[in-house]
Amino acid sequence: MDFLHSILIKPFVDMAAAPDFLLQVLWEGAVSGVLYSLIALGFVLIFKSSRIFNFAQGIMVVFAALTLIGFHASGVPALLAVPLTLVVMYVLAMSIERLVLRPLVNQPDIILFMATIGITLFLVGLGEIIFGGENKRMITEELGIPTGSFAFEPFGGFLLLEQKDVTAVVGAVVLVVALLVFLNKSKMGRAIRALGDDHQAALSVGISLSTIWVLVWFIAGVVALMTGIAWGARAGVSFALEVIAYKALPVLMLGGLESVSGAIIGGLAIGILEKLFEIYWGQPLLGGNTESWFAYVFALMVLLFRPQGLFGEKIIERV
Amino acid sequence: MLYRVAGQFKTSYQADFALFPVRQDAWLLGFILVLAFVVFPLTANEFVFRALLIPVLIYSLAALGLNILTGYAGQLSLGTGAFMGVGAYACYKLMTIFPELNLFVAILMSGFVSASVGVMFGLPSLRIKGFYLAIATLAAQFFLVWLFQKWGWLYNYSASGAIQVPNISILGIDFAGPTAPAINQYFFVLVMVTLITIAAINLTRGRIGRQWKAVRDMDIAAELVGINLMKAKLLAFFVSSYIVGVAGALFVFLWRGAAEANLFDIPLSFRVLFIAIIGGLGSILGNYLGAILIVALPVIISGVPAALGLPLTPATVDHLNIMSIGALIILFLILEPHGLARFWAVAREKLIIWPFPH
Repeated sequence: MDFLHSILIKPFVDMAAAPDFLLQVLWEGAVSGVLYSLIALGFVLIFKSSRIFNFAQGIMVVFAALTLIGFHASGVPALLAVPLTLVVMYVLAMSIERLVLRPLVNQPDIILFMATIGITLFLVGLGEIIFGGENKRMITEELGIPTGSFAFEPFGGFLLLEQKDVTAVVGAVVLVVALLVFLNKSKMGRAIRALGDDHQAALSVGISLSTIWVLVWFIAGVVALMTGIAWGARAGVSFALEVIAYKALPVLMLGGLESVSGAIIGGLAIGILEKLFEIYWGQPLLGGNTESWFAYVFALMVLLFRPQGLFGEKIIERV
Repeated sequence: MLYRVAGQFKTSYQADFALFPVRQDAWLLGFILVLAFVVFPLTANEFVFRALLIPVLIYSLAALGLNILTGYAGQLSLGTGAFMGVGAYACYKLMTIFPELNLFVAILMSGFVSASVGVMFGLPSLRIKGFYLAIATLAAQFFLVWLFQKWGWLYNYSASGAIQVPNISILGIDFAGPTAPAINQYFFVLVMVTLITIAAINLTRGRIGRQWKAVRDMDIAAELVGINLMKAKLLAFFVSSYIVGVAGALFVFLWRGAAEANLFDIPLSFRVLFIAIIGGLGSILGNYLGAILIVALPVIISGVPAALGLPLTPATVDHLNIMSIGALIILFLILEPHGLARFWAVAREKLIIWPFPH
């Protein structure tokens, strides 16, 4: 009875007893959720247009952030370092397309997936040789991101919103809206979606596969830089950040591999739920650190009922 | 010339389906076995045993387990490391509860623990396919490693959270523990790997293996010709996790000597996956070739610059190693997506028809 009480009733009593703390937890969860969504978005863009499950998205985040810091450390002003980093990400996208993807066109999915793991390892090794493995501080102030915090007092309690988190959320929303407009309205964006729908049909109406792949990987690089800045402002930049890529995978499962809106909703849902579970169930009952697996187990449960994820395209199989 | 098959006639159906339809294959295998059982033990020193021979054998066993699941039954798994951990922790608990138990038996039994955990995490494969399943196996990876850290009973509540292998001897010969000589451990691992490989070869070329291949190539079609998908997939998870679990127990008891939970984290899973892919999915031989490559690579990378007079710091060697494994994976996928085993198959074909080109 005690056991059931501690699982089913006590957490909710705790929530009701301290609503300001609950709000704080929800906010923290939502901020990490936004960042998960951003990474998942990078995955979805590449998967939609090329059916490549890009495992390297996580390391691209680290790589972009480290390049930005590296440029700044060598004396380039912060606001100039951002476009320079974008140039690097473009070169990276181009070399990946030229050296890795083009020779592997028409290979089975698992081969391309393995190739992106190869890219991940290569970038980890290269990044550690160039930038070193230690944790670095993100150049938050230099980029003009406010670092103060807003304090509220709801329900007679206390709620603290860090300004850089608010900036991250606003930035992410702007980025997502811009991406959606680009995908739906521009010619290039429509070409990306056409390629995602049917490779051969898209090729036969004259859409260039290699241009689009470079473009998509570059967009994924832009998203990676954005994620890197936002996450780096919270916890610093090191190769340990790569693990957040593993967090984006359950987000993808939950949202469906092809759905942009699924990535966003899935990210928010997982960010908030894992925080709630960790604070109210994980720490008191299971010894904490449940964030490492909660997202996966939750997504797995959902998948058992909807094998294509919440928003994925229905899987139709023909023999 | 060496592989001339002229004069080897098949006069019965059985002969045509023999394990070695070409006599030279059997000779070659015999030669490798002599090398492994007689020549290496006579020539190798402690370093070669511990840095090359034992890890190659253990990694190839783990890759063999994964290959049965991914290469033969077509179910992509990213949780191999965690299942190795289940095998290792199960063996550790067995040896603490029954200290008198024969180590050989304990390791074979601990495979069953990881096999049942594997079947449990394999259940979603009945509904989830492809990449969704790959991510689902990551659930096993992260959950199990977390469990290894938090469940004190598993590591006997030791303060460090690590498991230490005690001295274990069978019939008065030391096999595990800090004082065991490497040559004994090598023979122990070699016998185990040989036995399991023979079982795996026969399993994969028989009825069950053909069912797995049918499921891999198209599961709906396989179901239509009367294969029970649930049985076939779960059996693949069972056999695969069993072998992987045994490999994990060997990994800790006969090689590392001690282990913490994060040893079984995702890099280990990927390492085994690389071995299976570089070696060749859907082949038994490939696992050994892949393991030799992946284990020997760091030794070569650290040895070559030193020989050329370019001293590198251990950290740089480590990074170069990661980088070149990444580059090698991409290179191999581009040159030969079917892996090293395919190279051998092509070479063997050429040898048989030599000196003619076709």
